[in-house]
Amino acid sequence: MKLNAKLLLSLAAAAALGLSAPMLSAQDAAPKVIKIGYAISKTGPNAGGANITQIPNYQLWVQEVNAKGGLMLKAYGKRIPIEVVEYDDRSNSEEAVRAVERLIEQDKVDLLLPPWGTGINLAVGPTFNKHNYPQLTFSAVTDRAPELAKRWPNSFWFLGTSKQYIDAFVDLLVKLRKEGKINDQIAMVSVADGFGIDLSKAARAGFEKAGFKLVFDKSYPIGTQDMAPIVGEAERSKADTFVAFSYPPDTVALVDQARLTSYAPKVMFTGVGTFFPLFPQRFGENAEGVISLGGWSKDNKATMEYREKIRKLVNRDPDYWGSQIGYSSLQMLEQAIERVGKIDRAAIIKELQTGTFDTVIGKIKLENNMPKDAFWLLGQWQDGLYVGVAPQRPGVADLRVPKAPWKK
Amino acid sequence: MFTEPLLSGITLGGIYALIAMGLTLQYGVARIMNLSYGESLVAACFAALWLFTAVSVNPLIGLLVIVPLAALINWLVYQVLLMPLVKRAPSRDALEVDSILATFGLLFVAQGVMLAIFGGNYFSYSFLAIPVKIFGATVSASRLLALGFAVVIGLALYLGLTRTRAGTAIRAVAVDPVSALLVAIDVRATAAFAYALGGALVAAGGVLVSMFLTFNASLGVVFTMKALIVVIMGGVGNLLGCLIAGMILGLTETFVATYVDPGLTLAATYIIFILVLLLRPQGLFGARRS
Repeated sequence: MKLNAKLLLSLAAAAALGLSAPMLSAQDAAPKVIKIGYAISKTGPNAGGANITQIPNYQLWVQEVNAKGGLMLKAYGKRIPIEVVEYDDRSNSEEAVRAVERLIEQDKVDLLLPPWGTGINLAVGPTFNKHNYPQLTFSAVTDRAPELAKRWPNSFWFLGTSKQYIDAFVDLLVKLRKEGKINDQIAMVSVADGFGIDLSKAARAGFEKAGFKLVFDKSYPIGTQDMAPIVGEAERSKADTFVAFSYPPDTVALVDQARLTSYAPKVMFTGVGTFFPLFPQRFGENAEGVISLGGWSKDNKATMEYREKIRKLVNRDPDYWGSQIGYSSLQMLEQAIERVGKIDRAAIIKELQTGTFDTVIGKIKLENNMPKDAFWLLGQWQDGLYVGVAPQRPGVADLRVPKAPWKK
Repeated sequence: MFTEPLLSGITLGGIYALIAMGLTLQYGVARIMNLSYGESLVAACFAALWLFTAVSVNPLIGLLVIVPLAALINWLVYQVLLMPLVKRAPSRDALEVDSILATFGLLFVAQGVMLAIFGGNYFSYSFLAIPVKIFGATVSASRLLALGFAVVIGLALYLGLTRTRAGTAIRAVAVDPVSALLVAIDVRATAAFAYALGGALVAAGGVLVSMFLTFNASLGVVFTMKALIVVIMGGVGNLLGCLIAGMILGLTETFVATYVDPGLTLAATYIIFILVLLLRPQGLFGARRS
């Protein structure tokens, strides 16, 4: 009897404590820190991409916010610094899902930042969605983006669909053909992995619809760095347009092989890596005229300043596609949090969906959780800068075709 | 049309052989199944890159520094890290298992150090990327150079191992360490030497491939896999086998890519690998184990 009473008392006390603690913190005491967590590929095959497009952005953004004293939360009337919890997903989807669950359930983070890459972002999507954390991906391209944004309203797909890039590319090619600058034959190669499969599929449909002939269309296994057979075949195909949906090592190998054998297609499009700082370093003047995804505004002071900051932080340039968009997505997250004024994830998601935001690439308003006409889809190396050549929006650079001949 | 795939197949084969030669010594003679092999190769790539970009030392001169240094480091790794395993292993099979575990750990240490220093980015530099025309086909001078090294090193070591006294001692250790002891061969010193020599070879391979491949700190496992296939196909411990297995793989890949489909190169490689394993489990040039 005595024991029971004691037990009852302690239970009641525990219940009271358990109930009152969150109420107290919600009403009066401001949190000491805002915990932001992310799992990202610091090792493994994805590390190359994550290290260039994503991790420096996270570091820069957290550093800048904390330099201001933190995020301004109106509910408490003061700035609260960010504390980062970081895990390595080792380029493995299951590892990424486990890490995100750990971040939510054990580390109890207030917000999550996305992992790197299409595959892993799709893998962690259900977990982000289940716990209703905003997922602002900027390193995933998928044609399922509109469908996913509907199914997971908390997910945002900044880089959009492969189709939009292909449409922009086909528009450019149609114009060139009309001007008589290229013939109607295209040679295409792609890496047999997510990015290459998705984009070559969209491209096949797009080229055919516009009346182009794919005279060479092959894929190669991931990791291939010996491009002599592929470039040889492409050259023999007599196509004026060469398209490669490749990953960084193969991009470098393809361009190097083309240079070596003086293969000079009039339009040369290569994949991931073309817009990395590595590319002009490796090829110097020979980078001129090569086309790929993304692009940089010639005369936008904000992105130039952003590039300086990244240079100062990591001692190299950002990439010219996802980096600027990723940083803009973080600026949007920051503005959305500060407008909401507290860590209310549902309200933050709502604000991201409906608000208009000021970013380094300009004003962004999302439509169906994706930016519209907010950035360059295609770029070309011109005079040492990777400038945007499509879509047609203010500041667009004229496409230079044919590509300048190779210099030895 | 035919010379082009032939020539690029031979150069690719030479590169594969070059990548695998060090492993055949480390695995075949020292009996260390070195899982951190690819990391050593990537480390040599980074060393060459650093010498070339930061101190502007030409990679060929860099070889003179990197190769002896790699031999020394590998000798130390064998003496400090692997010797305890060698001493306590009851049999060679047990040593193989232990060495796999130990070098698996070494893999992460090496990778972690490289990630800490260079980050996860891709690196690439251009050296000797000059087109060379042979029988109407074009290859880059750097790839030809790698092929040349593979052939020279492969043949020199093959002759050294089969025609000299020291080489015979090394082969004796590879074949039967217990009997080798009976004829007064210092088995441990010989194994350490073979391991260090293997380390020197992989460093040479790393420096040479860094001239034309794009690499990052995480790429080691790719090289380990490729080297392992070549070594097992050629016969463990046999340098000539390594050279020939490399050539077979290189030519297969290039011809399949040219005449069939570039998407099937890996499939073709593995079909040949499986065929060799089925028909000659000891490898093309391997001695049948008793």
